[in-house]
Amino acid sequence: MLWKIRLVPKSGAKSPESLRVARTLSDAGVNAAGIVHHRLFLIEGELDRETALRIGGALLADPVLEIAEVYEGTQEEPHAGRLFHVMRRTGVMDPVEASLTRALRDIGVNPTGVKSADQYLFADKPSAQDLSRAAPALGNIVVDESHAGALKLDALPRGRKHEFKRIEVAVRMFDDAHLQQVNAEHRLALNIEEMRAIRKYFEDAGREPTDVELQTIAQTWSEHCKHKTLTGMVHYRERGPGNADELEADSLFGLGDLPLDGKIDNLLKATIKRATDELAKPWCLSVFVDNAGVIGFDEQDAICFKVETHNHPSAIEPYGGAGTGIGGVIRDIMGTGLGARPVMNTDVFCFGPPDLAADHVHRGAMHPRKIMRGVVSGVRDYGNRMGIPTTNGSVHFDARYTGNPLVYAGSVGIIPRDKIAKAARAGDHIIVVGGRTGRDGIGGATFSSVELTSKSEVVSSGAVQIGNAIQEQMVLETLLKARDLNLYHAVTDCGAGGLSSAVGEMGEQLGAHVELSHVPLKYEGLSCLEVWISEAQERMVVAVAPHKVADILQLFRDEDVEATDIGVFGNNGRLHLDWHGQRVCDLAMEFMHDGMPRIEREAVYEAPKRHVPHGDAKSGAGEILAAILASPNVCSKEWIVRQYDHEVQAGSAVKPFTGPGRDGPSDGCAVVPKPGGEDAIVVSNGLNTRYGDVDPYWMAQSNIDEALRNYVATGGDIDHCAILDNFSWGKCNKPDRMGAMVRACYGALHAARAYGTPFISGKDSLNNEFKTEAGVSIAIPHTLLISAIGKAVSIDALTTSDLKRPGNKLLLAGFTSREFAGSHHELVTGIAGDVPPRVDAALALKMFRAINAAQRAGFVASAHDCSEGGLAVALAEMCIGGRLGAKVRLRQEMAATDADIDDTTLLFSESNSRLILEIAPHHEAAVFELFAGLPLFELGEVVSGPRLQIEGLQGTVPIDADVLEMRDMWRQPIYAVFGETSPA
Amino acid sequence: MQPTALVLRAAGTNCERETAWTLRQAGATADILHVNELLREPARLRDYHLLAIPGGFSYGDDLGSGVVFANQLRSRLKPEIEKFIEDGKLMLGICNGFQVLLKAGLLTGRDVFDDPPRATLSWNMSGRYEDRWVDLRIVSEKTPFVSGRKVVSYPVAHAEGQFIAPDALLDELEQDQQVVFQYVDADGRPTQQFPANPNGSSRAIAGICSKSGQVLGLMPHPERNIRHFHHPEWKRMPKRQWGDGFELFQNAVRRAGQLVG
Repeated sequence: MLWKIRLVPKSGAKSPESLRVARTLSDAGVNAAGIVHHRLFLIEGELDRETALRIGGALLADPVLEIAEVYEGTQEEPHAGRLFHVMRRTGVMDPVEASLTRALRDIGVNPTGVKSADQYLFADKPSAQDLSRAAPALGNIVVDESHAGALKLDALPRGRKHEFKRIEVAVRMFDDAHLQQVNAEHRLALNIEEMRAIRKYFEDAGREPTDVELQTIAQTWSEHCKHKTLTGMVHYRERGPGNADELEADSLFGLGDLPLDGKIDNLLKATIKRATDELAKPWCLSVFVDNAGVIGFDEQDAICFKVETHNHPSAIEPYGGAGTGIGGVIRDIMGTGLGARPVMNTDVFCFGPPDLAADHVHRGAMHPRKIMRGVVSGVRDYGNRMGIPTTNGSVHFDARYTGNPLVYAGSVGIIPRDKIAKAARAGDHIIVVGGRTGRDGIGGATFSSVELTSKSEVVSSGAVQIGNAIQEQMVLETLLKARDLNLYHAVTDCGAGGLSSAVGEMGEQLGAHVELSHVPLKYEGLSCLEVWISEAQERMVVAVAPHKVADILQLFRDEDVEATDIGVFGNNGRLHLDWHGQRVCDLAMEFMHDGMPRIEREAVYEAPKRHVPHGDAKSGAGEILAAILASPNVCSKEWIVRQYDHEVQAGSAVKPFTGPGRDGPSDGCAVVPKPGGEDAIVVSNGLNTRYGDVDPYWMAQSNIDEALRNYVATGGDIDHCAILDNFSWGKCNKPDRMGAMVRACYGALHAARAYGTPFISGKDSLNNEFKTEAGVSIAIPHTLLISAIGKAVSIDALTTSDLKRPGNKLLLAGFTSREFAGSHHELVTGIAGDVPPRVDAALALKMFRAINAAQRAGFVASAHDCSEGGLAVALAEMCIGGRLGAKVRLRQEMAATDADIDDTTLLFSESNSRLILEIAPHHEAAVFELFAGLPLFELGEVVSGPRLQIEGLQGTVPIDADVLEMRDMWRQPIYAVFGETSPA
Repeated sequence: MQPTALVLRAAGTNCERETAWTLRQAGATADILHVNELLREPARLRDYHLLAIPGGFSYGDDLGSGVVFANQLRSRLKPEIEKFIEDGKLMLGICNGFQVLLKAGLLTGRDVFDDPPRATLSWNMSGRYEDRWVDLRIVSEKTPFVSGRKVVSYPVAHAEGQFIAPDALLDELEQDQQVVFQYVDADGRPTQQFPANPNGSSRAIAGICSKSGQVLGLMPHPERNIRHFHHPEWKRMPKRQWGDGFELFQNAVRRAGQLVG
């Protein structure tokens, strides 16, 4: 028997959900006035009407707000012609099903199946056009289906049983053209050399591969899993003016470390990892080998950090893509060492302009606003449900992200020092724990390695995943219990490539034997290949000694988490997969992990011809400041940030917003990761894509500098700080993209080395281009996110950016140069700058140490870094945060050279390594002493009247602005994007 | 002997560790137990003087906030909970815990359980989840969890915190001094104005207690204002040993201590 239970709001069309739906639909051009939203549950099982009524009335309906109605499955509700339904497609994760089943069991009902849906009752019969617009507005066609009229079902839809067939794919004796065909047909995303290597392997083996073997190799060799571009061979060249083979300025050949012939064997090793190796910090405990980099924290514990991208899924299904992005990186932390506990998350997004005209959105892409709303909701719902505070991030906008947005998700964990090492042993059982396996996300690893097109939404829908955060939270709690009971030898997460990657990695040195039919499925109908490569979320694999298998299975059962024994790690170095005893895969681990031919890339860098945007003529510094404060990259992201829990776990010590109005921007965040703990973690990030359009070398250095000055401004100890790199780039088989990549990597090496901040983890995403219908491929800007993590000088030395007390002195650390290329001054005025901001890391390091010393001594009342918009914007933000004013005078000596002496440069140039410090008058001399021999200048003082007044070199006052007016300009824009006003 | 506290968690509960830590600082022993363990052996509740249901998203709030957990209390633990209250013991629900207690009927009835519950917590007026610090006034001392009618600051972090009840019940709650916490503006007056009242709750209600005063539920998180660095303006304030939230736990542990034989 199937029952439909629907919950009708007593307030009808005025219920909050009904009103929200009406707004959403009217935005989509649907006449939806008076629409009413009903919650609908389908329950199948041996139950009578009385029980169904009890379920509706006493369990599901909120007795204050809703009335429950019960219908038989095939019965029509009243006004069936005005009904519309949206629900998850069969087989797509719907977390409600598990919770409903659990609640029904608690009242003694055992259903054979349940499903949830949203039902909408239109006030008038909707037109066909209304319905066709409503479906994509209320759901996402990739994961949801819709239905007009009454739902009439006698049973819940189910998957069909899969008929097993062992499939062999002919590759031997074929020419390249045919191999290419196999590559395309099976969506392997491999290149011809790789296909040839596969052909050779099976020629030697004297047989054809199975489909499972081919896909296993494709997943293992994917760019996503193997980083073959960055670890391959590169030949770098430059093209200067008049086809000269060197640039006029900043030739990479003159900057050090690059081999003179431009030939680089493994770019990652030559740059990013090289910095780490040279620095050899004793507190680097595990770098570049595990799911996350691990550094020391205190005597008992270490901390680990990983940042991932989830770009392509987020372009197609922003909510699910971003949610599973954060879910995936949290699993990376859970799978670091023997398992770490996540203590905070970060998120950084890059979108197209939020106010983009509808006709500028490429066909096949979503409007940036819709992507932003979905991405924010996805991160919010997953992170909040996991109980992990989201405390650091940033948002960036550029038209080139319209078809290919970027979603970076990071997670920080804490792990006992004696749980960092792990290794599966021969004979260990392979236990998969957590969610069941479905058809979700099949081919994600290979999908992320190809470019998006106007058809991606249709072609790749299988690659989209929907997460269930509660499932993951249950896995986390149980896994850490098992860790502390020493019940397993190794753990890793199922990420890209699913079981194939997880088991393949853990068994690399051993071999493994898996019986795929033992893997628990969400529904019938999966082929063994699908089981093996599904990227269904919330699954981990643990390696368990035979005598502990029973204990660990019991532990997981007690917490309602499924754990299943699916195989054994071997000692013969082979990967054996069976399906009901029949062998479907027999590969040498050595071939999978070391048999991949190395890639060779051409890299050509030519100084770019820049298109400086047309800015509006501004009448003066005041207008320029106002325009920068309101520009999308600089303005407040409060609308987004308040939707994240940044307090859960009660460790948040420097929060995203600061000051009496709790709206001043924080530079970084600080978290005390242990209840009662006396040490804090500081995390910050640096990302500026506009500099990359000028020179990726200096962009990389600037981004590292920005991350570090944010870190120091917050109170992080510069001598206990590590960084992470996340490259998102265009297609690197194009020499110009690769040329920019090489420059960025060397910039990263030089800055990391000079600052003494080792890279400990990183990730690259290299195919971020969108192909329009007209066939034009739009590459994203070169995007290098730098995330910094380390230990605070002390909890009491933590520093916030809001001005604290009238009468305090304001000091500026660092020289200012005329560096406007890529600046926000350039962006809002259209006046092109000549050079991008550069970095003198040796000098900056000394300043950062001096600031740390001042923080340690308790001298620093507030600190804030100068970034987009330079000194003027930084001062404005400090005033906004503190609800106080500042009286400031520009001075000649702040300029690095005589050529840099002018008001505009001192106000708006984005020279790196500069921080503003607020110091009580009686500590001023001591701070100058700490800065002996370093650039530190008196700026002025904090005043109680809420005005920012900046006096220029000539005695004029180019900036005289009201603080509350600046706050509104800076705070309102993102609210306005969503048709709201910022709260008072 | 120390009083004993039980911090009860379910799938999706996520504030249990800081809640237990705070209770221990306040002088109780505190155990964190999965509700499955209590369902297997309900009599274990008798070992405790104080039951705390912390924040989170129990069972994902998939059927409505707190609904599945509340259903477990009502349908599977009812006799033990009735005995617990009859023995004069205390129950505390924070955020999702408040949603659970309210929807289980443990806050609004004349008996231990109100069936069906007559009040609910629904979607914030803003229509979305928000994290922000709020000022609260303690307006009743009916419950041993509070002492003194002062203004305190705790953060809220929820999507469904709007307290809704029929007018008659609101009057009754006020008359019986069951309204304990109200959202107040900068002048300390109860307010309906966003964001000081972050969710639009009727009569600015942020937390209520049962008729007996033994059960307290509130949306804001006192356990997130315990240490000196918790308050968003701590860098502007003189250093304090404890934040505003600690007193609530101290009061509860003190009363629970009186029950220790």
